[in-house]
Amino acid sequence: MFSIRRRQKSGSGEPAPDALPAAPSLEPLPIPSGDVLETALLSSGGPIELRSLDVSSPAIDSLKAAGVDLIVPLIGQGELLGALYLGPRLSDQAYSTDDRRLLGSLASQVAPAMKVAQLVQDQQVEAKERERLNQELQVAALIQQTLLPKELPSINGWSVDAFYRPARAVGGDFYDFVELSDHRMAVVIGDVTDKGVPAALVMATCRAMLRAAALRHDSPSAILADVNDGLVDEIPPAMFVTCLYAIIDTATGEVTLANAGHNLPYVRSGDGVVELRATGMPLGLMSGMPYEEKVYRLQDGDVMVLTSDGITEAHNDDGEMYGFGRLMGRVGQKSAPGQMVNVLIDDLEKWTGPDAEQEDDITLVVVRRTASAEASASAFDAGPDDAVVATFTLRSEEGNERIAIARVSEAIAGLGLEPSRLERLKTAVGETVMNAIEHGNHGDPDLDVDVVVSTNDLAVKVRVTDMGGDGEIPEAATPDLEAKLAGEQTPRGWGLFLIGQMVDEVNRHRFNGTHTVELVMNKKGAEG
Amino acid sequence: MSESEFEAVVTRSDGGSVIELKGVVNRGAKEGMEAAFEEASAAPGEIRLDFGDVEYINSTGIAVIVGVLAMARAEDRQVGAFGLSDHYREVFQITRLSDFMNIYEDANGPS
Repeated sequence: MFSIRRRQKSGSGEPAPDALPAAPSLEPLPIPSGDVLETALLSSGGPIELRSLDVSSPAIDSLKAAGVDLIVPLIGQGELLGALYLGPRLSDQAYSTDDRRLLGSLASQVAPAMKVAQLVQDQQVEAKERERLNQELQVAALIQQTLLPKELPSINGWSVDAFYRPARAVGGDFYDFVELSDHRMAVVIGDVTDKGVPAALVMATCRAMLRAAALRHDSPSAILADVNDGLVDEIPPAMFVTCLYAIIDTATGEVTLANAGHNLPYVRSGDGVVELRATGMPLGLMSGMPYEEKVYRLQDGDVMVLTSDGITEAHNDDGEMYGFGRLMGRVGQKSAPGQMVNVLIDDLEKWTGPDAEQEDDITLVVVRRTASAEASASAFDAGPDDAVVATFTLRSEEGNERIAIARVSEAIAGLGLEPSRLERLKTAVGETVMNAIEHGNHGDPDLDVDVVVSTNDLAVKVRVTDMGGDGEIPEAATPDLEAKLAGEQTPRGWGLFLIGQMVDEVNRHRFNGTHTVELVMNKKGAEG
Repeated sequence: MSESEFEAVVTRSDGGSVIELKGVVNRGAKEGMEAAFEEASAAPGEIRLDFGDVEYINSTGIAVIVGVLAMARAEDRQVGAFGLSDHYREVFQITRLSDFMNIYEDANGPS
């Protein structure tokens, strides 16, 4: 902002302020960036008499018209921060060399102060903008979190898990579970282009339309087609929604799905990993779009994984994307039941690095058919009176058996196990977990060992599960110490023998690639 | 488990040697245990293993002890142990290690 002020009339002595005419002021007269006057002021570095300029420009012409005689540039760090405009002296004399020096000196003191003032003003503007953006992001996050499911479905024979973590800018990811008639459940995952409040509002609209359409149609393709036609008229230009809609018959395992341009879901079965491919345009782009429908049957133990592009499009430090290939490979690797979400998120975080800022929302939905698992697990359980006192998971790394010992000890403290029996159980737990790490999971740190500790009135039970259900499980044999001391046998081979000697009962169980050892230790010995 | 979690210190005397064991006795203790045994073998008499500062012994540690007992047997050397907790005494009995080494209450005491 620039202003023009007339200099006070100089007299023979000190001027009396009340005797001077008021200096008139004008509206600010800006100098447009790139104007020839700006160049002239920057190159001169000091006051310029306007009439000495023999060029014309919009700024020069308007200042001349306003009666400006002298311009004193305010320059800081090579930048024209402002200028003082002065009209003719009241004495009608030209500005003297001393006047110019004085004005130049004044300008050199004013310019830094002005620069500071400008920086403060810029910071205040930025702070207000940041605050506004933060408030907007909070609103967007609130909309999303309000509409995402508060609870996961609990269906006999099925395990459902979900993970959602918004990016700082809050994208438009959503997922939903809808209980339908005839033991059917809809599983929906979607992603709105754009971020912030606009995306959140479209997400809310789309979710409501999907729920309403589910009341009118039985098939995923019809539901997506209906919502697409409705969204076309509602959605802002250049926005659209990708969405995968699956209906699961929880009695038969049959999955019927349609896809509106979303990431394909993966199914891991005993035969490996497959993509469930169905084609269709994203929602909200063009009306009248058809949506292909596919049917797949999940068998006991099969896992279906639905993801958003926040996973596949995450970058590492070298700028490489996580990608579909890596995701599919990771889904296909063995993981303990119920650990798929943790496995995938751990792997993603290894890829991006621990301090990377999340680029987009990350959403994962994992559906597992567990009917047989539950049936056989319940058969494996000793009885309905058992109370689980601890569950934890360990990576298959040497030494973690001691962590297992410590955690089991902590969990069963106060349960009434005799001290000598506690020590024996600790040794058995250490050996069992060590076997799970070394032999069950072959020391692969990406494979987990799950430990469940339970108790009833009579006993403490520790169940250790690894992923070695496909391998041979050797029987415990009494080591031949004489042969070992004579060098005829390896000194090793004490683990299974010790386990069997330490506890009252050892049970083993295999299911769907997993191997579980159950250690049962009565709280009191036969002598007690 | 790293080898640094185990330490063996040999004290030799006319009546025999003591190997003071510290930390975790597992497969990581093999090298240190064997080196200590060789050092202790320079003196005549029984070699006693002091388990007083041992926190944890697992099956791979038992294998290490079996290896040392095999070395002792090869040179017809007596091996003793003291400082064992009640639990590890029981483990030594179950594994029959105590059939092949003398178990003492302390460094000088009788079993």
